[in-house]
Amino acid sequence: MTGPLLDIRRLSTHYVSARGTRVTRAVDDVTLSLDQGQTLGIVGESGSGKTTLALTLLRMLPPAARVVSGEMLFEGSDLLKKPEHEMRRIRGKRIAMILQDPMMSLNPLFTVGDQVAEPIRVHEGTPRRSAWNRATELLKAVRIAAPETRVREYPHQLSGGMRQRIVGAIAISCEPRILIADEPTTSLDVTIQAQYLNLLRDLQRSHNLALIFITHNLGIVAKMCDQVAVMYAGRLVEAGPVKQIYNAPAHPYTRALLESIPRLGDGRQRLTAIDGQPPDPSAPPPGCAFHPRCPKVMDRCRSEAPPEFRATDTQTSRCWLSAPAAR
Amino acid sequence: MNGTAANSRAASTVLALPSRLAFIRSEGFPLIPSLILLSIMLVAIFAPVLAPHNPEVGVLGDRFRPPAWQTGGTADHFLGTDHLGRDVLSRLIFGARISVVVGLMVIIVAGAVGTALGIISGYLGRWVDQVIMRVTDAWLALPALMLAIFLAAIIGPGISNIIIILAAVWWTRYARVIRGEVLSVRERDFVRLAVVAGCSKWKIMRKHILPNVVNSAIVLATLQLGQVIIAEAGLSFLGVGVPPPQPAWGLMLADGKKGLMAGYWWLTVLPGSCIMLMVLSANLLGDWLRVKFDPQLRQL
Amino acid sequence: MAGPVLEAKNLVKHFPVKRGLLSREVAVVRAVDDISFSIDPGRTLGVVGESGCGKTTTAKMVLLLERPTGGVMRFEGQDLQALDGGSLRAYRRSVQAVFQDPYASLNPRMRVGSIIVEPLVTNESLASAEVRKRLLRLLDLVGLPERAADLFPHEFSGGQRQRIAIARALSLSPKVIVLDEPVSALDVSIRAQILNLLRDLQAQLGVSYLFIAHDLAAVAHMSHTIAVMYLGKIVEIGPADIVAKSPKHPYTQALFSAALPSHPDERRDEIILAGEVPSPLAPPAGCRFHPRCPHALARCSSEEPQLLHESGHLVACHLYPK
Repeated sequence: MTGPLLDIRRLSTHYVSARGTRVTRAVDDVTLSLDQGQTLGIVGESGSGKTTLALTLLRMLPPAARVVSGEMLFEGSDLLKKPEHEMRRIRGKRIAMILQDPMMSLNPLFTVGDQVAEPIRVHEGTPRRSAWNRATELLKAVRIAAPETRVREYPHQLSGGMRQRIVGAIAISCEPRILIADEPTTSLDVTIQAQYLNLLRDLQRSHNLALIFITHNLGIVAKMCDQVAVMYAGRLVEAGPVKQIYNAPAHPYTRALLESIPRLGDGRQRLTAIDGQPPDPSAPPPGCAFHPRCPKVMDRCRSEAPPEFRATDTQTSRCWLSAPAAR
Repeated sequence: MNGTAANSRAASTVLALPSRLAFIRSEGFPLIPSLILLSIMLVAIFAPVLAPHNPEVGVLGDRFRPPAWQTGGTADHFLGTDHLGRDVLSRLIFGARISVVVGLMVIIVAGAVGTALGIISGYLGRWVDQVIMRVTDAWLALPALMLAIFLAAIIGPGISNIIIILAAVWWTRYARVIRGEVLSVRERDFVRLAVVAGCSKWKIMRKHILPNVVNSAIVLATLQLGQVIIAEAGLSFLGVGVPPPQPAWGLMLADGKKGLMAGYWWLTVLPGSCIMLMVLSANLLGDWLRVKFDPQLRQL
Repeated sequence: MAGPVLEAKNLVKHFPVKRGLLSREVAVVRAVDDISFSIDPGRTLGVVGESGCGKTTTAKMVLLLERPTGGVMRFEGQDLQALDGGSLRAYRRSVQAVFQDPYASLNPRMRVGSIIVEPLVTNESLASAEVRKRLLRLLDLVGLPERAADLFPHEFSGGQRQRIAIARALSLSPKVIVLDEPVSALDVSIRAQILNLLRDLQAQLGVSYLFIAHDLAAVAHMSHTIAVMYLGKIVEIGPADIVAKSPKHPYTQALFSAALPSHPDERRDEIILAGEVPSPLAPPAGCRFHPRCPHALARCSSEEPQLLHESGHLVACHLYPK
């Protein structure tokens, strides 16, 4: 198959309030692509639209949301045009998702084995006995000790780290092509987080998965991702290879964010803080949404929202500073 | 500051309502039930002005007149007369007064006592909690209406007695529910911080716990209003409530049932409808309040 | 004033587990088991450790939200156990807190101004003009406008609420503020603002911090001293840069090696620990870390190591002194 595995073009998802009076541009004109075996990090804070983007991908938006424009090509065909029964075959089987809180993702009334086997039985119609065996194999794959005993246990009998692994096992059970992980390690301890991320990386290699991390944690991006896309107030403000963006961020928001994070080894140097706070997504500032906080703001930024520019041949940046004339 | 404050201000100017009343335009606000309740209350307040006749005195010669639109009815007694010739409309109007007064007073007294006990029990915990909860349990085990009748038989009829009796029966529900709320509120950070700041237990209960459970108390009160009114009507119906000749809707029902077989439908249907309207409206309002204040209160 | 402002020696907190009708004690959760630390005036002690290590319980004991089961706490040299009502109240005034969740720390039914001055009006009787004056000063210290005082918490963002919480903590001019995950619930772009604010306040007012966070870089950035806790014990404690740059205890080494990098090129030798954190109901014998330690010796399973000096700080590990 040629071309990217996932190709999102000019996607916009809006939330409309009950009376139609207020429109929130949760995702505004986002263009992204993901190749096989690649790891993409979508970085953003609250109100950036990253979770809405993930929900749009799986077509799991709440009733108030509407995809207003754009296309999402998965293996060449547009997910937005697919009928619901086809999407059901894709969700869990070809595109899987892991959420932040494993306790919410697991049903306390069913055993681990039942839950890991469920997607296999639903998507492949496998009989219970063989699905159960597959489940045990999967628990082994996510490095859970004594899987034969664990498979009969209930979620509350396991630790947080183990539960998150079970969630991972459920996600990869049908050999998906893409795994979306939405803040998968926020509730985990530091050492457990490291183990879990390593596990995800190994699973990616062994199953040839493409990974999408949705996170506010730039550390995860630095450790795990090849490509990064930075979102702010619903718009994609910068995208490109991780190393390049960390070394030479083109967008002032990315640069300010990278500079404001404390670094182990920097001692007690004062941090470079960003003024103000992330905007309310239902009432973003005019022009460039970042302009009230931007250290490099120009007059143009206050009234005109910049389009996406090519900052370098692999990096895009939605900033007037990256406009060809400015360079 | 974030934009929500600005947005809600914008919304209310568009709808031309002062921001305090903006909730009226929100989704699902039970406008009609609220108007009904409001009307009943206004009727109760202005009863002497509104009622065309004296509700307690009737002309025997005029008894059992049907409502004006039926044959034999007159415009003078628009909704007919009862077995003593008393004007039904005037009795309904003054009856509203009884229902409103009893209803409101009971939920206020029961609410205040029950909420206070619930807060003390929930916050202080340990033996205080045990004692109060066991008393509550025992009290709750007794069937409400039976208890009310029993007490009424002992204390005797009369409006203030009714209020005391019903309040004494109904406070337990508040205590239970509020205690549950308090158990979760007291674990919240701002309560811990109040302890760290050196606030005394009573100050915390008053300033931090109470304002945060008062919403639940209000919701419970509106939901209870219907029950209280039915209880009052029941007591009056059974003859242990408001004493005649005072017009209470329940009493009117009791008197009117004798006339059902004879076809004097207005003597039961009209007071019954009033009871139903008031209780239904209170319940609908309470339901809406419950969901609006906190979807988690649905278990109420 | 020389000497530490807060000192803990051999602090213990055990929680009994009660079962049955008569609530008999069947087991004990050893949440904090014999720890000692001190905080100097105007300095920050950072505490790191994972779930179950006891750092939250320690914070609660410092705030007198929990009474220690054993050990001694001294405030400005005075034993807290020996304090009577008046001095205990004085302690409360001197030790305040800022918690993690900015949405739960403020009473939603109170105006911000009242929230901030509540500790002040509870503990001192001042004329309202004086209270107002102090309120304005506090708002200014944390960078909030005057009109914030009349608003309610829900009208503010997370970062602003945390500022309100900090202003409240400062209202009694405390000597120590316990900061329990003060920025974890905030947006990334705002964390630096709040951390800088906290440092500026420390420099300006000379207040000490007990800083608890799981973000190792943030703790290393804010603290002068770092204590590493594991299953109720302090396994390593010393100057922040030494503990962060050259940790000696195997657990500390594993912890810091597991920290996320700040740049994709940062390579760290990751030490992956086997197994899970044991339950504080039944901590392992000897050194509590030994079942998971990559360098465990024979004596580690029977003999509990003491905190001993090693290269400028204290480590509790049989590997040292070498």
